[in-house]
Formats: sequence, structure tokens, C-alpha cells
Amino acid sequence: MVTKSVSPSPWASLRNVVKQPVVAGVLLVVYLLIATFILSNLNRRDLWFPLYSTLTFPMLVLAPFLILAAPLRVQIKALLIVVVLFLIIPYLGIRDSSYLELIIQICIFAGLALGLNIVVGFAGLLDLGYIAFFAVGAYTWGMVSSQANTIFYINGWLVSGAAFYGFIFIGVGVAALVGILLGLPVLRLRGDYLAIVTLGFGEMIRVIANNLDKPINLTNGSQGLFNVGHPPVPPFLFNAVVSAQGTLGLPTDNAEPLAQQLLFYVIGIVMVAVIIVVARRLDNSPIGRAWTAIREDEVAAIAMGVPLVRMKLMAFAMGASFAGAIGVLYGAKQTFVSPESFSLIQSISILAMVIVGGIGGIRGALFGAVIVTLLNLLVLKNMSLQINALRNVDFIVPLINFHIRDWPTQLEPAKYERFIFGLLLIVMMIFRPAGLLPEPRRRMEMKAGSDDVEDSPTPAEEPAATAAQPDAGNV
Amino acid sequence: MSLLLDVRNLTKKFGGLTAVGDVALGIEEHSISAIIGPNGAGKTTFFNLLTGIYKPDSGTMSFNGRSLVGLRPDQVNAAGMARTFQSIRLFPSMTVLENVMVGMHSRLNISLITTLLRTEAFKEQEQHVRQKASDLLRFVGLGGKGDEVSRNLPYGDQRRVEIARALASDPKLILLDEPTAGMNPQESASAMNLFSRVRDELGVTVVLIEHDMKVVMGVSEHISVLDYGQKIAEGTPAAIRANARVIEAYLGRRAAGTTENIETEEVNS
Repeated sequence: MVTKSVSPSPWASLRNVVKQPVVAGVLLVVYLLIATFILSNLNRRDLWFPLYSTLTFPMLVLAPFLILAAPLRVQIKALLIVVVLFLIIPYLGIRDSSYLELIIQICIFAGLALGLNIVVGFAGLLDLGYIAFFAVGAYTWGMVSSQANTIFYINGWLVSGAAFYGFIFIGVGVAALVGILLGLPVLRLRGDYLAIVTLGFGEMIRVIANNLDKPINLTNGSQGLFNVGHPPVPPFLFNAVVSAQGTLGLPTDNAEPLAQQLLFYVIGIVMVAVIIVVARRLDNSPIGRAWTAIREDEVAAIAMGVPLVRMKLMAFAMGASFAGAIGVLYGAKQTFVSPESFSLIQSISILAMVIVGGIGGIRGALFGAVIVTLLNLLVLKNMSLQINALRNVDFIVPLINFHIRDWPTQLEPAKYERFIFGLLLIVMMIFRPAGLLPEPRRRMEMKAGSDDVEDSPTPAEEPAATAAQPDAGNV
Repeated sequence: MSLLLDVRNLTKKFGGLTAVGDVALGIEEHSISAIIGPNGAGKTTFFNLLTGIYKPDSGTMSFNGRSLVGLRPDQVNAAGMARTFQSIRLFPSMTVLENVMVGMHSRLNISLITTLLRTEAFKEQEQHVRQKASDLLRFVGLGGKGDEVSRNLPYGDQRRVEIARALASDPKLILLDEPTAGMNPQESASAMNLFSRVRDELGVTVVLIEHDMKVVMGVSEHISVLDYGQKIAEGTPAAIRANARVIEAYLGRRAAGTTENIETEEVNS
């Protein structure tokens, strides 16, 4: 005991060494090189490929978070992140476009998580129908560009792929408008009631999308909008892909779809970057302070001059507009938009991302989106693939002599997505209730619990509720 | 002299209970007034009616020449009336400075576009907000504590933050709901000094609800007494001290027979 308190433990001294900028920088570069090297040498035909890629790909995707946490100067951090995003990932993507696909999905969910974080994390409004705004964005672009037999198609009102960029802004506007329209009636409610009503609105949007094929076909109903337009690939990008493939000695026959993926990747990264900047600026402003105030004590906030309904509507509209923009990207990327993509479970998934990462924090929401998307689309899927691959070669686990062939198909990991998800959430709530990367303020709120906010006198909108306890404040 | 706040026939009923019944009250500009009364007399309900948290059943409230009836709490705040709460209602995990900055909300020019573009006007306003908030903290005696999380402050300091936050909206009138509750005598004395400075240095009219008679008699120029939602007396501290109905309301209430009464008798016997 005594010796321990005098000389620092080896662990602590190691941490001190790593905290030196030079050491940290070198370690990061080595880390990035190793990850890049392993990933670029993986062979799809290898028996253990799914396992290897599951282990190494997250290394790369999580690198930006490591870089952000490193004790380096801002410029160096920015440089390293740019290197990861615009050099390493495109390089690996050209070798194997499935990585690009995965990262585009991460961008989509990260954008959604950041948007929902504004509503739930900043303003404290539990919205269980958030996916509706995503649907609005996707349908906004889908309707005007799909080859499905909608009124737009019949009348030749379709727009060209280049209009995609303009429609990102239109998607923002339409989703914000829908957010305000939905918000006006429901934002007088609080807590559980708000959650239930938003859940209902989320379902409504889905049902409307499902039924707007009659009498006028706007959404093509349950069949969905197919052949949704996508932005044209700029020639320089195509040429760059071809020459990169040539340099790497790869076949150039898939240059067109690859350049398309790369374009979506760049759009996705730019959109998430813009959303991060917007969210940060909102957080660090009178608007953000008003949201925090509303979240912590509505009555005090309104008495201090914060117009509750207007500020809540603003949070709702901002969150919705992010989802709208991301929805346009999603529609173009998937080339197919159908009501099934916008179910309640999706809203809940996004909420889970925010919670897993750390509610109220921008980095937390991003981290949650990355972790959950990786879990769903990489880890579980690859584990299923791995088991299948082993089954095909009749692999026998040594020592216990277990034939992978005998592994029941019902127990495929990919089928256990929700189960593992739920388990993860329960474990999180026990050990890290404020999330993996908690925001300091939120951690404080969680620790205090709901001691003083629960039995507060209700504001003017709900005088009936106070009738039972007159002069509640006078105790 | 014109009245800054003129309340007439104000009534609020909760079911069968009349929390505030037909109360009239006039507050002169640049005065310090107190509202006193036993527990449950309707004092806080009266404040909640003034600030729009409750809607009155009947009566008129005119403030600075303008009717307050039907205004939302944030509109009342913008009209120039700010308040503190009996049970401290700071934003617990925000810093002290941020708490005061929120209090300025109704005086700020808030636009999504300037916020997102970080225009010069936005930066100037933020600078001004920060400066003013720290000035106010210094005024209430909390200079240098701006970066502390408000929850971690001692009780007396939290009350001071609430006052600074209320002052942040440049009010003409500030309503203090039991501002010295839970304070020891020294803290109360310095709080009294603060109330006087709020009026003398900032020119803000002060109305306080208070149980501590030392504070009430020491700082206020005019006292109104509420009991069972009715105003039973008003006048100068000396007059109130001598008023028979007030003494009865506080000390003996044989006819009423409330639990409070029994407790009082037990203490007396």
C-alpha cells in the first residue's frame, strides 16, 4: 500500500508516456498504418475473412474518435482525420467497395442520431417518431425522381439527377415544415405523453406513405418508389477512380458504380460534417442554453423568459431538418424508398444509438451511431457469414470436437440482432447509464436522478393538473 | 404617485378552495414591499398569478400601464417582471454564469441564421451577455464563482444566483419568494443588504414574500398581510406590528381550529 502511493503504478506511468503529444502522434500513425495494411491485405476468399474484417474494420472507423481524444494540436488532429477520411478510406474502398457501403450507412445513421440528439439530448423532448422526418426527406426526393408509375412520372415532372443537390435543401425545408406542423399540437405535452404522441405521428407518416397511391399515385403505396434518381458522377471522379484502379492493378470494369459509391461517401461525410458544425453552434448559443434550461426545469425556464413552445418547436424543426437532408441522401443511395424502411423499430434504433453513445453530446451521438451500425451491419452479419463459411468446409472446432455444420440455423447471429441490442442496452444502463462517451452535464443530471423536477407546479398550459395540489410551491 | 403594479379583485380558486380571494394590491415604483402571512395563506399562488404560471379566475392586474391577465410567464418576464422561487429552481447542472445568461433570454435578439453563421452581431451579443452576467454575479456577491456548477453551491449562494438570474432580464420589478428561507442570521442580514442595493443601485422595485420578521420589518417600507387568501391588513411595518388581526392570524386562531392552530397552542402551553 505504502509503496504504491509513493511510486506510480506501471499502468499510470504508461499513461503518462502516452499522454505526451509526440508519443501519442506516433502511436496513432502506427495504428493507422497497421489497420490500413491489414485491411488492404484481407482476401475475400479467405475462410476466415469475415472474422478478420470484423476485427480490423472497426479499428479504422473508430480511428477518428481516437484521434479526437489524443493530446494533439487541433490542426494535427484535423489533418489526421482528413487523411483517414479522404485518403485511407477511399483507398480501401476502391479495393473493396463494401467498406464504402458500410461507411455510407454509418454516415446516414450518424446524421440521424445527431438530429435526434438535438431533440432528445439538447431539449429533452422524447421523440419516438423521429424516423418520420427521415421518411419525409426520402419521399421528397423519391417522388420527383423515381421511375415508378406515380403522377410525377406519368406527367413527366421528374427532375434530373443533378437536382439532387438542390433537393437536399428542399428536403431540409419540407422536413422542418412537417416538424413544425407536428410539433405545434404535441409540444404542449411533456415526457411520456409526448413520447406516445410522437410515436403515433411517426406511424401516421408511414401509413400515409403506404396509402398515397390512391386516388392520385404520389408514393406508389406499399410497392415503394423504385429506380430513384441519383446524382450524376462528375467525370473527374470517374477518371480518378479509373486511374487509381490502374495504379493499384485492379480491374477497371466496375469503375462506374464505384465512382457512384465514392460520390455518396463524400456527400455523406460532408453532410455529417455540416450537421456537426450546426449542432455545435446551436449548442453553444442562447438557443442551446434555452434548450438546456427547458430540459432541466421547464417552469423556471419559462419564468425566466424562455418561450417554451417556440424553443421546443425550434428543436423539433432542427432535428427534423437534419433527418430530412439525410433522407434525401438515403433515397438516392438506396434507389428504393418504401414505407417498410420507416418503421417504429428504426426510430427506436436511432434513439438507442443516442443513448448508447451518450445522450446530449455530439461526440457521444456519433460514437453511438458508429458502434450500433457496426454491430448491426458488420459484426453480426459477418459472424453469420463466418459460420456459413465454416459450415461449408465442415470445420470442426478443435478440443471440443464440435462440427460447425451442426450449428442450428436458428441460432445465426444475424437473427439475434434485437436480442443482442437489448442486452447491450441493459448492460449499458447498469454500468454506464450516461452512455459510452457521456457529456459531463448529462452525467451530472443522471447522478442527481429526478429528485426535484418531478413534483413541480405545472405551467400555465395545464392548470387542471394543479387543481389537486393548490399552492404546491408553498410547502 | 403612480403605481407600478396595480392588482384589483384578484381571485383564484382550486376546486372549492379559494387560494386567493378578491385581493387588491398596489406597489409603488422604487419601493420595497413585503407580503406576509401564515403558511397556506396564498402568497406563492399570488406570485404565480402575477407571473402567469396560473391564470386568475377573475380580477385585473396592471403592470407598468399594461394588463398582465392572459400573458404567458415568458411574456410577463419580457414585460419587466422577474421572480425567484421559494424552492430554489436553478438549472442544476448548468454553471452559475450560464444560469444568469439564460435569464437574459427575453432581452436577446435570437435568430437561427445569425446563430448558425456566427455573425459579428451574434458574437458581440454573446460577449455582452457574458460580461453582463458576470457583472451581475459580482453585484450579488458571487464574483469569481461563475464557472461553478450551480448545484454545487451552498444554499445561500444558490439563492443569490436566483436573484442574479432574475435581474438579468433588466426587470422593473422583482418578486422574491422567501429569499432568506433556510439562511442563518448573518446570511439573512447580508441578503437584506442585497435587497436594498437592488432597489437603490439598480432602481428595481422589490416585492418579497418572507416569513422572517426581522427581514420583513427591517427592509420593507410597506407590508401586506394575507390569510386564507384574503388581504387582512396592509400598512407600514409599525402599523402591521400593532394590528390586532395580524397578531390573531399569526398567534391565535381559536375559531378556525386548524392543525396549525393546535401546534401553536402546544408550543404556547
